[in-house]
Amino acid sequence: MKHVITALVENQPGVLARIVGLISGRGFNIESLNVAPTHDPTVSRMTMTVPGDDRVLEQVTKQLNKLVDVIKVTDLTKRRYLNRELVLVEVAAPAGKRAEIAELAELFEGKVVAVQARSLTVQMVGEQERIEDFLRLLKPFRVLALSRSGVIAVARADEAPAGSNAK
Amino acid sequence: MRTGAQCVIDGLRDAGVDTLFGIPGGVVLDIFAAMYHSPLKFILTRHEQGATHMADGYARATGRVGCCLVTSGPGATNTVTGLATASMDGVPLVCITGQVMSSMIGNDAFQEADTMGITRAVTKHNYLVKSADDLPRIIAEAFYIASTGKPGPVVIDLPKDVQRAATAAVFDGKVNIRGYKPAVEGHPRQIVKLARAINRAKRPLLYAGGGAVAGDAAAELTALARKAAIPVTTTLMGLGAFPETDPLALRMLGMHGTVAANHAVSACDLLISIGARFDDRVTGKISEFAPRALKAHVDIDPSAIDKNVAADIPVVGHVKHVLRGLLDLVEPVERREWLAQVSDWQKTYPLTYDRNSAELLPQYVIEQIYEVTGGDAVIVTDVGQHQMWAAHFFKYTRPRTFLSSGGLGTMGYGLPAAIGAQAGLGSGRTVVTISGDGSIQMNFQELVVAVEHKLPVKAVILNNGHLGMVRQWQEMFYNREYSGSVLSQPGGAPYLPDFVKLAEAHGALGLRVTSRQQVAPALRKAIETDRPAVVECVVKPNENVYPMVPPGASLTEMIHSLA
Repeated sequence: MKHVITALVENQPGVLARIVGLISGRGFNIESLNVAPTHDPTVSRMTMTVPGDDRVLEQVTKQLNKLVDVIKVTDLTKRRYLNRELVLVEVAAPAGKRAEIAELAELFEGKVVAVQARSLTVQMVGEQERIEDFLRLLKPFRVLALSRSGVIAVARADEAPAGSNAK
Repeated sequence: MRTGAQCVIDGLRDAGVDTLFGIPGGVVLDIFAAMYHSPLKFILTRHEQGATHMADGYARATGRVGCCLVTSGPGATNTVTGLATASMDGVPLVCITGQVMSSMIGNDAFQEADTMGITRAVTKHNYLVKSADDLPRIIAEAFYIASTGKPGPVVIDLPKDVQRAATAAVFDGKVNIRGYKPAVEGHPRQIVKLARAINRAKRPLLYAGGGAVAGDAAAELTALARKAAIPVTTTLMGLGAFPETDPLALRMLGMHGTVAANHAVSACDLLISIGARFDDRVTGKISEFAPRALKAHVDIDPSAIDKNVAADIPVVGHVKHVLRGLLDLVEPVERREWLAQVSDWQKTYPLTYDRNSAELLPQYVIEQIYEVTGGDAVIVTDVGQHQMWAAHFFKYTRPRTFLSSGGLGTMGYGLPAAIGAQAGLGSGRTVVTISGDGSIQMNFQELVVAVEHKLPVKAVILNNGHLGMVRQWQEMFYNREYSGSVLSQPGGAPYLPDFVKLAEAHGALGLRVTSRQQVAPALRKAIETDRPAVVECVVKPNENVYPMVPPGASLTEMIHSLA
């Protein structure tokens, strides 16, 4: 099963190596990884997608939590969370195909961000599943280059919406 | 203003360090210059691996943080085995490694190694110091991290320019690391739940590991066992946490555990793990481990819980606190039937060997060490058959009196760790390292350090001419083909190396024993002298450690002999 793990970590050199080392040292492949500072510049948020056995990943999560530079680790897989990914994809676009590609992008709320003589570059933001759908539909047009940001995610609060008095 | 080097010396002083083990080199000369004018005692080892094991032995014997100081490159890479040994067994160490000038890092400078990268997986934490201003805080943090939670080694990698830089920084605050807040108090509800389970249990069993020793919880463990009439088995790392002279002591469990301990694990209805981690050498076939028992797991390390065995009652907290809580809640009971059963196993299947053998047997030597010292000694072992015999035939009654590389299984640990223990305890205590002819040769050079510093360690070598545990496995599981495990070839020189001459060449007393009658007098002579001594005991070459649970088998499938 694919796990989405998010970690708040010290924004310092060496932290990424420590976390990646702990995961890769157990033979797990990190499928995607995104790191950037949070609203507190001394703290970074790291989001990883790691396919693997539930029990083993629970152990990995506990061991990540043990690292001194890691402030908090959460496996979002079994919780409510929001996820987004951004892709930039360059697609072969001979003159007759441009409109078709632009229309497909629009259907996915994507946007043509660059036009080249024989290709278009499309930007799309969305949930992981929607990104996969979009890329599948683009395939017949011949993808020339693809760059994905990796998934970013935040947990959604489980409690009642703000303003309600429910306890 | 102080230099970074001076900050190091002051930081060590503030952390209460009295002894440092290590070897100088190009990029740590500034620290050595600052140390020259300080009261710190520096013990110059002959190899950096020796320095880490000495710091480790010092830490395990005293409960204080062990400290070493080495240079960059090979100095740092030589510490890796010692750091990994300490990391696996949860031993608090602070190891300061020199590093090349900050501007040279990554340029393949002379004696440069990526110490941060290399030591990351074998330390609890490591630091590369980039500014002398950070140094006072980092040193305080390093000692805090090493000694709290599940203890472990911390490396501080210190470039030469940072040692030379001047700083006005001081650290007098309290260490506060937001990502590191080890739990101390166990959850009260979990403690109550466990106490109720103990009160309800018919056949409870305490299973104590290294955490009971490291957490200074031996007294609480003993009180709980006696109040609630619970037999106690310990892991190799837990030896000494419960007095083995007590009728409730089932002694060691696992691959080379006693019949009583392994049967009790299989029969108990409540297994209470205190600072142990269900290691594969303890559990055997995991699906058949304690099959009838509710499993309670008390540990300070949350990642130890559910790692190998699912815990029915997990309690995360310091074992000492949790045991105190339990002690108030458990009811005094007798458990006559269960204790009678356990006592029957103890009487029917004691640890034994052929006491009528004409040959000198290693088990006999260990028993004699127990007799001659009156059981009042710190025993330090290497790794292999002798380690198991040392666990079986010496009775440990106090914590921190059995020091051994349990997790990593580091041959070569014993002699330097014994020297470190003696340095920490003072020369008044008897420190005996029990080793084999294989293990002792891995760090024999450190004997000079004991002689130089008048640290009167006693090394007993059980010389069977083999890497004995490897030989035993080859005899039992690999068709008696002794591939690569023979240390003294048949027909070769009888004593190679000549350990007596080797001891004398290092300035120690050297003695050789080849028969039973010679053992006690030689041991007495070795212990009476105020010099370090080596006693080589030439023992039967093919004696095996029994009982043995074959790898991957259940704990009840014990082999008692090959006959």
